Amino acid sequence: MKWDEFFVTGEPMIYGAMASIVLVSLAILVGLTYFKKWGYLWREWLTTVDHKKIGIMYILSALVMLFRGGVDALMMRTQLAGPDMKFLDAQHYNEVFTTHGIIMILFMAMPFIIGLMNVVIPLQIGARDVAFPRLNAVSFWLFFSGAMLFNISFVIGGSPDAGWTAYFPLASLELSPTVGNNFYSIALQIAGIGTLMTGVNFIVTILKMRAPGMKLMRMPMFTWSVLITCVIIVFAFPVLTVALALMMFDRMFGAQFFTMANGGMDMLWANLFWVWGHPEVYIVVLPAFGIYSEIISTFSRKNLYGYKSMVISMVAISLLSFLVWAHHFYTMGHGAMVNGFFSVTTMAIAIPTGVKIFNWLFTLHKGRIQFTTPMLYSLAFIPIFTIGGVTGVMLAMASADYQYHNTMFLVAHFHYVLIPGTVFAVIAGMYYWFPKLFGFRLNERLGKLAFWLIAICFNVTFLPLFFLGLKGMTRRMYTYSASTGFGPLNLLATIGSIGLAIGFAVLVYSIYWSFRYEPRDTTSDPWDARTLEWATHSPVPEYNFAVTPNVKSLDAFWFWKKDKQPLFEDKIEEIHMPNNNGQPFVLGVIFFFFGFFMIFSWWTPAIISGIAIVVMLAVRSFERDHGRHISVKEINKTEQQLRGDKA
Amino acid sequence: MKKKGLLLTVFTALLVLLTGCDSLAVLNPKGPVAKTQSDVIIFSMIVMAVVLLVVYVLYIYMLTKYRASKAAPDYEPPHEEGSKWMEITWTIIPVIIVVILSVVTIRSTNAVETTPVGYEDQKPLIIYASSSDWKWHFSYPEEGVETVNYVNIPTNRPVQFRLYSFGPITSFWVPQLGGQKYAMSDMVTKLNLVAEHEGSFVGKNSNFSGKGFAHMDFEVLAMSPKGYTDWVNEVKQTAPALTEAEFDSLLEADHLGRKSYSSTHLTFRPAPEGANGGHNHGSSDADSHNEADKEMDHSKMDHSKMDNMDHSKMDHSEMDMDNKENDHAQHGN
Repeated sequence: MKWDEFFVTGEPMIYGAMASIVLVSLAILVGLTYFKKWGYLWREWLTTVDHKKIGIMYILSALVMLFRGGVDALMMRTQLAGPDMKFLDAQHYNEVFTTHGIIMILFMAMPFIIGLMNVVIPLQIGARDVAFPRLNAVSFWLFFSGAMLFNISFVIGGSPDAGWTAYFPLASLELSPTVGNNFYSIALQIAGIGTLMTGVNFIVTILKMRAPGMKLMRMPMFTWSVLITCVIIVFAFPVLTVALALMMFDRMFGAQFFTMANGGMDMLWANLFWVWGHPEVYIVVLPAFGIYSEIISTFSRKNLYGYKSMVISMVAISLLSFLVWAHHFYTMGHGAMVNGFFSVTTMAIAIPTGVKIFNWLFTLHKGRIQFTTPMLYSLAFIPIFTIGGVTGVMLAMASADYQYHNTMFLVAHFHYVLIPGTVFAVIAGMYYWFPKLFGFRLNERLGKLAFWLIAICFNVTFLPLFFLGLKGMTRRMYTYSASTGFGPLNLLATIGSIGLAIGFAVLVYSIYWSFRYEPRDTTSDPWDARTLEWATHSPVPEYNFAVTPNVKSLDAFWFWKKDKQPLFEDKIEEIHMPNNNGQPFVLGVIFFFFGFFMIFSWWTPAIISGIAIVVMLAVRSFERDHGRHISVKEINKTEQQLRGDKA
Repeated sequence: MKKKGLLLTVFTALLVLLTGCDSLAVLNPKGPVAKTQSDVIIFSMIVMAVVLLVVYVLYIYMLTKYRASKAAPDYEPPHEEGSKWMEITWTIIPVIIVVILSVVTIRSTNAVETTPVGYEDQKPLIIYASSSDWKWHFSYPEEGVETVNYVNIPTNRPVQFRLYSFGPITSFWVPQLGGQKYAMSDMVTKLNLVAEHEGSFVGKNSNFSGKGFAHMDFEVLAMSPKGYTDWVNEVKQTAPALTEAEFDSLLEADHLGRKSYSSTHLTFRPAPEGANGGHNHGSSDADSHNEADKEMDHSKMDHSKMDNMDHSKMDHSEMDMDNKENDHAQHGN
């Protein structure tokens, strides 16, 4: 392979990106050395097994990926702003929409959700950490190495260009001979293994590590949503694993699973992809429902309306999510019977989702509604997401879908579902739980400014796309001619997207500003909330709770505050905690190189790093690490300090 | 207030939709299939607008009435577990809506998958539409003519497009005549359309298929039956025959203008249907084979060429799916 094939060449924007990547990396290295932070970085972050720190690292990575995916989106909107624009050529546009999709779903939405899960779940169930803390670190580092591997593709080797769905035979070696789609199959595989382990880890955590007295039906709604989500992960991700492995065999080892020749079947890929892909949508949406439930209940000062039906709805959604995949390709020609079946199952999902919407509305009923930033996002979610929901029902009708399929109508629909459904939720969650982690709130004025920009510009960006779809504009077109009449609405959408970008810039600025100037909050419960995470100090000590709470009801913390129902009855005892360990990080680094060599089919180094992975696993198997104990004295000291800070 | 603004936007939008259908191709049908689909779409929009209205009214009511700034300083919200009857209500009503929509969907899906009502007696005109990067080839086996990037059809006669691809999955879509269907390399799918008005309609590939995807559109010209016959005769007399070499050069080219030929490629490069289909799913006819001898079969194929355009030479029986589809069509008739 020649060097000019190895690096992506020929585009000034790419050279700019390369230069900035080198400069930023250098700045980080120099900065760490100058401020002597290498030791701190290693001890406190790279080797940590603390769920809170891992959660923060997930969220930070997600924010970086939000930036990357957002830049992709802006590039697309610029190219589509008017007819026959020359900003991007076809190949570049194809790479950009492919990476936008993958990054936003798999490297932004998923890690943001998993980050919040990490931060909140152990606190919400009164546990000290997750069930398998070191496995949790491995999950993070695998996700991170997958994400990095995927992201270097735009300067090294070239990005995948067959859409985030990577339909065969377009993504096959024949029609897509560059390494781009190798990045797809390998980087997603590595990150996917991490996600699968997260799923297992949190199922065990939630089932086995709840505080005494917290029965399943006393769990906070976010915990419920995460439990159900993790079950979906455990059932859906193996399908992706298999599909990606078959893709790898096809592309690297001459197999013919999905190719056009020799009996390969392109339709099989589409089925496998969506058998994972549709539940994936619920993997990112259900935890969001959980977050909204917590926030709406807190800021209405009311318990959640219809708790039981909320749980039942989520279980129903999770089951149905596995029965609807074919609605992504009604047009493949499976005839009226099959399409009819999948139409009905798809529309059936609207029923439990509708139940949830009405339960949220009735949580507001007779409440005392405070319009804080997290609450604003949660409230904006209801009307906007409902548009996404009803258009989803319209798309579910097979006969009509023949006219919506692959058009901007579809693009508008899933952005109306995923942005209010997931992005608003993770932002709301970040604002809501931020004081728990850092001991101060994010500034409300900047937060509200960002909210209004984002909420309004979101609609300006995506509402026109419904009409473009009905006008016949298909998705993934890199250009259109003036005679199509697509120009004005596209321009409007582009203007909206700039506003959306400004909104996100204000959001990031508000985080920076708050770190510097926002007054430190001295209470552990700034929102007057209802669930256990607010019962411990902010910022949370490494052991979470000095004394394990005894849960007697749903919203036990609330009743402890209001009715003096006892919560912390036991005495402080020695606490058993896991040790920090560098192996997960090292494993992530090795996986990165293993993946890289695989992508370029450099077999010798690939085999060597593959062996290194096996050695790492073997080392772990024979290692004895019983963790460490925090003495009562030390706990008392920490607790005094944390209380003392308040005085 | 923003919420009211949003509500207003939605209603204006709906108004624009229902009055300004002319510029929205999907809601400006020129044939019975697109008409059925347009009716379904408008019906579902009305139902969904009612759903939205109910949610928005409740939403605005809750947000205006129960904001903290309006509450008495000592007001403490009540503890409410929920209400069985309320929750049953908002389960049952969506169930009813979904049932209604399901009936509409299944009926209309059956309708658009078969020859449109009123045209069952006519023998459909069969046109093979195949895509290659990044063009459309239209073969008229009965007339013995072939075109590239344009297709002429007679009005008021059912046309059965038989779709397949010489490359990636594409989707054949003529918004004003009816919704789309995939064209794939290993099987033939069928799309029944009728044009009831003369005119020129935009047709396109809607499924992303690589670099030239954005320019992969074609013209559908619906002409009077007489005009159509005249056109066919003209092509037969004036256009050259399509040779295998010429067809290969067509497949090679990235983009082409319009072309006409007085013979079709189906004679030397048959569509992947029947004995030429790309797969065998164990259908029972004589040339079907079980898993064990599949391998043998493969060895007979010409591996050295590895030419993806060569499915036609593979000897497989027709796909199950295809058979089923035929069945549906027959039942429909």
